[in-house]
Amino acid sequence: MPLIKAGTAAADPYAAVADEAPLPEGPTVVSLTRFRKDRDTLLARNTPLGVRLKSDESPEALGEDVARLSLIVLEFPKFRDGRAFSWARMLRTRLRFTGEIRATGDFLYDQLSYMTRVGFDAFEVPETITPELYRRALGEMSNVYQPSADGRKTIRELRAGK
Amino acid sequence: MLTANRLRDGDVVYWRAGNWVETFGEGDILAGKPEAEAALEAAHKFVADNVVVNPYLFEVQADGTPVKEREIIRAAGPTVRHDLGKQAHGLTPDGVLRAAAARDVVVVPDRSKERDDDVSV
Amino acid sequence: MYRYDEFDAAFVKERTEQFRYQVERRLKGELTEDQFKPLRLMNGLYLQLHAYMLRIAVPYGTLSAKQLRMLAHIARTYDKGYGHFTTRQNIQFNWPKLKDVPDILADLATVEMHALQTSGNCIRNVTADQFAGATAEEIEDPRPLAEIIRQWSSLHPEFVFLARKFKIAVGATPHDRAALKYHDMAVEIVKNEAGETGYRVLAGGGMGRTPYIAHMMREFVKREDILAYLEAVLRVYNQDSRRDNIHKQRIKILINTIGPEEMRQRVLREFEEIRAAGTLQLPAEELARIAAYFAPPAFETLDDHSPEFEAALQDDDFADWTASNVHRHRAPGYAIATISLKPVGGVPGDCSHVQLDALADLMDRFGMTEIRVSHEQNLVLPHVRKKDLPAVFARLRELGLATANAGLVTDVICCPGLDYCDLANARSIPVAQKIAERFADLDRQHDIGELKIKISGCINACGHHHAGHIGILGVDKKGVEFYQLLLGGSGAEDASIGQIMGPGFGEHEIVDAVERVIDTYLKLRTNGERFLDTYRRVGMEPFKNMAYQEQLYAAH
Repeated sequence: MPLIKAGTAAADPYAAVADEAPLPEGPTVVSLTRFRKDRDTLLARNTPLGVRLKSDESPEALGEDVARLSLIVLEFPKFRDGRAFSWARMLRTRLRFTGEIRATGDFLYDQLSYMTRVGFDAFEVPETITPELYRRALGEMSNVYQPSADGRKTIRELRAGK
Repeated sequence: MLTANRLRDGDVVYWRAGNWVETFGEGDILAGKPEAEAALEAAHKFVADNVVVNPYLFEVQADGTPVKEREIIRAAGPTVRHDLGKQAHGLTPDGVLRAAAARDVVVVPDRSKERDDDVSV
Repeated sequence: MYRYDEFDAAFVKERTEQFRYQVERRLKGELTEDQFKPLRLMNGLYLQLHAYMLRIAVPYGTLSAKQLRMLAHIARTYDKGYGHFTTRQNIQFNWPKLKDVPDILADLATVEMHALQTSGNCIRNVTADQFAGATAEEIEDPRPLAEIIRQWSSLHPEFVFLARKFKIAVGATPHDRAALKYHDMAVEIVKNEAGETGYRVLAGGGMGRTPYIAHMMREFVKREDILAYLEAVLRVYNQDSRRDNIHKQRIKILINTIGPEEMRQRVLREFEEIRAAGTLQLPAEELARIAAYFAPPAFETLDDHSPEFEAALQDDDFADWTASNVHRHRAPGYAIATISLKPVGGVPGDCSHVQLDALADLMDRFGMTEIRVSHEQNLVLPHVRKKDLPAVFARLRELGLATANAGLVTDVICCPGLDYCDLANARSIPVAQKIAERFADLDRQHDIGELKIKISGCINACGHHHAGHIGILGVDKKGVEFYQLLLGGSGAEDASIGQIMGPGFGEHEIVDAVERVIDTYLKLRTNGERFLDTYRRVGMEPFKNMAYQEQLYAAH
């Protein structure tokens, strides 16, 4: 699947590893189950590590280890399941996660701007969503009413001339 | 019978010989289960082609009126406003209108028309 | 009333274009119906029994004459000449075509209106007391806060794909006219012991299949913290609500599963974090800036006794109308007038384009800047000079809008039911109409006094049957309409959930049953008791005995 990162097409250096499969060399993504089972081994490796969370798995389950990950993948089992919007926001504002937050699964063009606002910066997209379309999605609404993880100025701040 | 709503305007449509018509009375009565299921299967092409949404089958009685009140109202229009829906455009067969009327509805005058000449400018 | 600034105007305009693009992609097949449905619902567009239905927001129920004229224009141009006011301060059009909806939204945007979040699993149109700014009872006008909530909730990136819908109401009076305790979340403007104004927040109320009265979440939230608190509740809801069973995904289920105390603890944690971050602090200047828009019109200095008004009371019709539809205003010489949309023989909540236009003219003629929509599906003129009331009444009567039944037995709340709704099991409107005919005699209605009948055509409870003094729920029994009777509900400050009386009644029996129940009340009531008071005193039994006494089933 194509990957859009920071608004442009990007190669995906990470290898997704099944729970029982041997660990490959290089950057790896594992499930929360695998992470819990092989935590010490995984963290001891000198290579970027990502964890993939299901929509009912709070990032708080990772505890302090969040800081030692370089990628967190949040799954959308159905595009209507909006829990990952709160998880991404939590990763950025409560857990201060600065690595990549990647969306995978079933989501729509029409959700890209919300996802970006709450802290996603990478998207595993179907072929139909190009980087051009991604940028179009972000440009649909010029201004926003709410503060979120993207730190954008809100309409209230713009009104106050801040 | 087989029915759906047209995507573009939402109108209720009925299946006739591999396509859709707006009039209940012109819709095919699909006699047997295999025939009905084949029609429903064929209708999914129209869903894929973005012509209709939500096709489904419903039962009619021997006299051709729907078994369920929901389908009587869909074929006629609101029972409380006879100036609206298919019944207002002569698209509802008499049998269905009689079935709707048998439900003892209160007939409401069309207030919007009544008031037209009553407006001060 | 609130006026859009350049930011609000651009926002609604861009949102319209965003929806236009979604419609284009749907018509071209780039979006499937499953994908498009949540997107169109977020813009108030349903596919109903006969056609699409567009639900337009009237935030906190306030409209200008210009906006009324636009609604009339939409009714005429894109629909079939009428609109329907709902129980949550929205107006619905029943016959728009999908391809026209972006143009309708563009027209609405020119008068600062929209259909944003009037459906879908997101924060819905925020509602408020229809007497806001006009009643002497209130601590302050609840609409500035409602407007702030409207802005905060508009396309909130974290909360547009919630587990279910989320409805918020704001009130500011001891007498609750906004059904606060039946909302997912409600904000009551209160004063604390130190005399400071702040907010009491409730959550977890709701109707539907499993009705609940809201729980207290926090007794007093400081003004500057209110958005932080609301966001905290939403955040806990979005993270912790079930997603595996559509009937168990409202916040009421979450709160009643984990318990209100656990909910308060989870919310508190989020609240303190958001408050510490400071990003959602509501500066006093911002609240004051918004509140300035809602400053009441400059009331003339009038004597509270108006000779014109008092002379007109000689007319029985006017006196009847005044008794039920006119309420006390905060300013001397002024009154609040309720325009009933429940004429005998009419469809509750419906209003024709001619009436909408004529009401706008009436507003202009009497210098009124606002009209309100109530959750009871009526309209309200919030600031009428008492001396103008006779002329206002005369004009309303010409328009078929002077029914003197506000709050009485024929002022029935009623969902569209099976005549329009794809989800309904039974019709509601004909039942409301038969009740209106049976009790058409005004003397009888006034004798019965305050009695709220609420009818829903299915378990979803859009007609608020749980909250009716008498509630009626339409069910489908083997393809035939049946109606269950509930007694003792209230959506007001004394909120309670109606109890089902027993087996349902057939379509031809239900109005007789209602009449027997009311006759029982008239026999049992003591001085000054409303129906609800009598029911609460004597319980279900005497009503039940009377309702079933004459073997209503024998006829079948």
